[in-house]
Amino acid sequence: MRIELRDMHKHYGSIKANNGINLTVEEGTIHGILGENGAGKSTLMKVLAGYIPKTGGEIIIDDKIQDYHTPADASRRGIGMLYQEPLDYPPLTVLENFMIGQAGGVSNKTLRFREKLEDLIRHFNFTIDPDVRVKQLTVGERQQLEMLRLLSLGIEVLILDEPTTGISDLQKEALFNSLRRLASEGKSVILVSHKLKDSEALCDRVTVLREGEVTGSMEKPYDANELLSMMFGEPPLPSTRSPVEYGGTVLSMKNISGLGERTGLSRCTIDVREGEMIGLAGLEGSGQGVFLRIAAGITKPTDGSLSFFGEDMSGKNLHAFKKAGVVFLPASRLEEGLMPDLSIQEHFALKEGGSSFFVKWDEARSESREKTEKFRVKGTPDTIAEALSGGNQQRLMLSLLSKESTLLLLEQPTRGLDVESTNWVWWHLSKYCLRKTAVIFSSTDLDEIMSIADRILVFFDGTIIKDVKRDKTDTKELAKAIAGKV
Amino acid sequence: MTGFDLTILLGGVVAGAAPILLATLGETITEKAGIINLSLDGTIMLSAMTAFVVAFNTESLIAGFVSAAVVGALVAAVVGIFSIYLEQSQVAVGFVLTLMARDLAYFLGNPYTRVPGPSVGPQPIPFLKDIPFLGEVFFNHSLPVYLSLLLIGLIWWYMYRTPQGLRLRSVGENPGACFARGINPRSLQMIYVLCGGFFVGLAGATFSLCTKPGWGRPQGAEGTGWIALALVIFGGWHPIRAAIGAYLFAFLQVMGIYFQEWFPSVPAQVFQVAPFPLMIFTLVFINFAQKESVIKHAEGRVWLKVVLRLFSGAMPTALGKPHKTGQ
Amino acid sequence: MQESNGINTSVSRRDNAIARFSRDLVITVLVVVSFTTLIIVLAGAPPLAAYYHIFKGSLGSWVKLGHVIRVWIPLTLCTCGLLYTFRIGLWNIGVEGQVIMGAVFTTYVLRFGMDGRMANFFLIAAFTAGVAGGALWALIAGYLKTKGGVNEIFAGLGLNFVAQGIILWLIFGPWKRAGIASMSGTELLPRELWLSYVSTIRLSPLGLSLALCAIIVTAIMLRYTKIGLCLKALGSNPNAAHIFDLNTRLYMLLAMVFAGGFAGLAGSMQVTGVYHRLIPAISSNYGYLALLVAMLSNYNVWIGPVVAFFFACLNVGSIQLPMMLQMDSSLSGVIQGALVLAALAVHAWRIRARRIAEETWY
Repeated sequence: MRIELRDMHKHYGSIKANNGINLTVEEGTIHGILGENGAGKSTLMKVLAGYIPKTGGEIIIDDKIQDYHTPADASRRGIGMLYQEPLDYPPLTVLENFMIGQAGGVSNKTLRFREKLEDLIRHFNFTIDPDVRVKQLTVGERQQLEMLRLLSLGIEVLILDEPTTGISDLQKEALFNSLRRLASEGKSVILVSHKLKDSEALCDRVTVLREGEVTGSMEKPYDANELLSMMFGEPPLPSTRSPVEYGGTVLSMKNISGLGERTGLSRCTIDVREGEMIGLAGLEGSGQGVFLRIAAGITKPTDGSLSFFGEDMSGKNLHAFKKAGVVFLPASRLEEGLMPDLSIQEHFALKEGGSSFFVKWDEARSESREKTEKFRVKGTPDTIAEALSGGNQQRLMLSLLSKESTLLLLEQPTRGLDVESTNWVWWHLSKYCLRKTAVIFSSTDLDEIMSIADRILVFFDGTIIKDVKRDKTDTKELAKAIAGKV
Repeated sequence: MTGFDLTILLGGVVAGAAPILLATLGETITEKAGIINLSLDGTIMLSAMTAFVVAFNTESLIAGFVSAAVVGALVAAVVGIFSIYLEQSQVAVGFVLTLMARDLAYFLGNPYTRVPGPSVGPQPIPFLKDIPFLGEVFFNHSLPVYLSLLLIGLIWWYMYRTPQGLRLRSVGENPGACFARGINPRSLQMIYVLCGGFFVGLAGATFSLCTKPGWGRPQGAEGTGWIALALVIFGGWHPIRAAIGAYLFAFLQVMGIYFQEWFPSVPAQVFQVAPFPLMIFTLVFINFAQKESVIKHAEGRVWLKVVLRLFSGAMPTALGKPHKTGQ
Repeated sequence: MQESNGINTSVSRRDNAIARFSRDLVITVLVVVSFTTLIIVLAGAPPLAAYYHIFKGSLGSWVKLGHVIRVWIPLTLCTCGLLYTFRIGLWNIGVEGQVIMGAVFTTYVLRFGMDGRMANFFLIAAFTAGVAGGALWALIAGYLKTKGGVNEIFAGLGLNFVAQGIILWLIFGPWKRAGIASMSGTELLPRELWLSYVSTIRLSPLGLSLALCAIIVTAIMLRYTKIGLCLKALGSNPNAAHIFDLNTRLYMLLAMVFAGGFAGLAGSMQVTGVYHRLIPAISSNYGYLALLVAMLSNYNVWIGPVVAFFFACLNVGSIQLPMMLQMDSSLSGVIQGALVLAALAVHAWRIRARRIAEETWY
């Protein structure tokens, strides 16, 4: 089957996740969709799979315009998708997961589907036991199961969204082999990935997306450098931030491992010194979030040791981290950082620890007035956090930070902000560095990291694969590391 | 002391458990699909009243049962519409309906208080009833009791042996995944909410036309709905285990009569609350049994593992969280 | 969208809000009145007469008004308590049992003063015990929630039935009247242990002032204290607790203690001010009813008592129905439930309309 997407649009309010994308996938090929986080890859594929409705554009299957609105319609037309977060039923068995959505009626069809499943498992040389519960499977095995299920529905076009994140090399090999086999059997495969290596190894053709638009496409053999520049744009000029004298060691991690996100964090060892501005690069969910939360004392590490100013923090609770001056600002401001129903002034009152029984509303009010002005938050003391725009929420969070912090941990502090707000945030944070506060931030924007950070840690699949001073590297090298090539 | 006859005792348990068993099975279906219908206690009262009034006026027991089941489904429909389509708190709506349906039952049923009316008589099954012991325990009852017995197996079979039952379980686990697989999670949940309400309605009818014939205030069915809700949890959302819970409860109730003779100072009501601490204990234990450290501790200790398995009743993952549109 | 309008529109927005609120109110009341009328007609009674008797039976005389206020007091106390738990997002359905345990603890203390000496001392001790009893019962549910992982609804519900069992056991067992054990309750308290009341309308000034105090204290607690602020914050977003270094479990328990304390106080009032003995139905379902009050008042501390007063009128007024029209008094419960459901429906419909409006705006 041949898929053609013409002038695809998907808008969320004023945000254009897909902005006029044209793409053709030929029958019997493996087509890679490459791009950074937020480039619009997953959105495009979810539209193709019928999971979300499109804003505009045409989907043409074998030269016929097709209009469909649900995943069921898509699979009836031969399109199936393996979502990034597996959409399955962990408490149910493999066989049951296989059957849901295919089997109807009230007569017992277990035997027939068991045979079908076992045949497919054998065909692809997988080793899944039909009778274990899905929660006991690895991420890779869950993918295999989902793939088999889609194939048994008669899927002609298989979409895989970041399938290689969080699976072992062996499983990756098995997956790639089976995908090659599918292509040779005449099926089309669309592989969504941010990993250059995987796309190079597998795809016949690669299309690169950046900020919701196609920036180019390429056939085998690939020129890695050109692909990288399609993904990340032209390398920016290094900025000129005045150097800061570093002080003593603030945070020290030794062999820290932890659970979370899809990859977790494994065996991370670093030292952070006063006044350092460290940028965490890497695709979203490569372990940066776990790293920040472990450093903040929110997630407990499963292994390794962590200390502040030489004091061992293992076994200490969150309160002890707070007392040591650690501050963490999460990326999802409204979900984890602010109280949506509380007003600005209530946030200031809440921050004001103290032991008094009553809230000092006058103080909170005047402080919130003063700070909203200083931090240019567009809102009155009575505006509730939910009603603020993203940029103003971020400013509010920053205005709540205490000046005495020793370590600032910021998760994507400029996510969703406009240029003006972004510049303001960095200008404000650089003042902390001058006060000898260590700042660690994560970002999915490599340009931003290059222009702000003094030191860069690149995360890949839950490990730090590169730890380098900004002036000792360049965008190209970092982009390679992000895509898993050191 | 009156004669203690095990056959009569167990026969009484099977008969007495019928309404609560029906309600428990109904709620198990509803919750398995991911929706909590908290209105059970009121629904049972309202359908009990409906059954009696309709049967009294039409002189048809069947009409009584059918109308009660419809009323049960109607109340459930309100819960379903509010929670699935209007995205309101299931707990809030269910709770309001609990009180409201009960009061509605008292209000509308007022003219029929203590009026002698029709009731379902025993219908022993020929031949089977002559089997020693088993015949007396299982096959010497009225039709609703047979129905309740039959439903245990039927619902179990439907849930665990048919593709439709698999869908039912899947929508309670992950409605989003169902949507991706071409199943409309909202209408599926609505269907099973109605279905569960239907059985709860039958439970009410069984009360007023069979177990405790007649209508009055108090009717005697008060509190049953709450117990049924507790039994669903006790049963780990599994129809057979829930049924065992219902029989256990009925056994406690029947034994209450004996206990009262043995411990005359303790009123019967005290024995009636026994299932509730049991429910809390079970809930604590379910939570406890799922802790990783506990599971690790159980490695290599056979008896502990068996106990943990017994309490591993997994709550449907999406229970109380209906599918939201627009992601 | 919001940023483009400026401050000048805020006045008209407030006007809009008032208009919208009144429209919602009218719709809600219309729906409920038509539903109730339908039900009354279904029961074969004259609807207008029914409404008239409810009105006359609750506000028709000073004595009746006194009766209404006697119902309003425990209802308001329970509602105030529930505001703490709703603030932090807990469904304290166990409030019913907390009222019962308040009454049980009160009676326990008063049994030591049956000879009528040192009445004031015993009354104060009894009220303290009542508050402690309710708080303790709530704390058990709280611990089951925070430590045992048991949903507070099922923990609370279970404890309600346990409390019901305890009260029955006490009345029929250890605390039964000499010789007889009956549903009519324990032995009547000596008059010295009755809460003093204005004899013409049988209304206790102390009880009334306690309820008024509860409203004011709750309003102050929720609006002006750290505790109130933290409860609101955690109810709004428990996931952000770590940012502000808040201990979620601690505040949950605290909210439960407050709710239980007020409920226990209501139980004490029922024993000393209304029934003057412990009866099986001592809680009169006021705990459950208070949940409806809190919901209908949209968890507002000032609207709550108003709604509670209206509900109390319905409860008291409908007592007339069996005598006057041979109708069951449970009509009040039907109206109360219908009100909350209608309000929820209008609220949901409002959100839906807003969402559709927002979508078309894009």
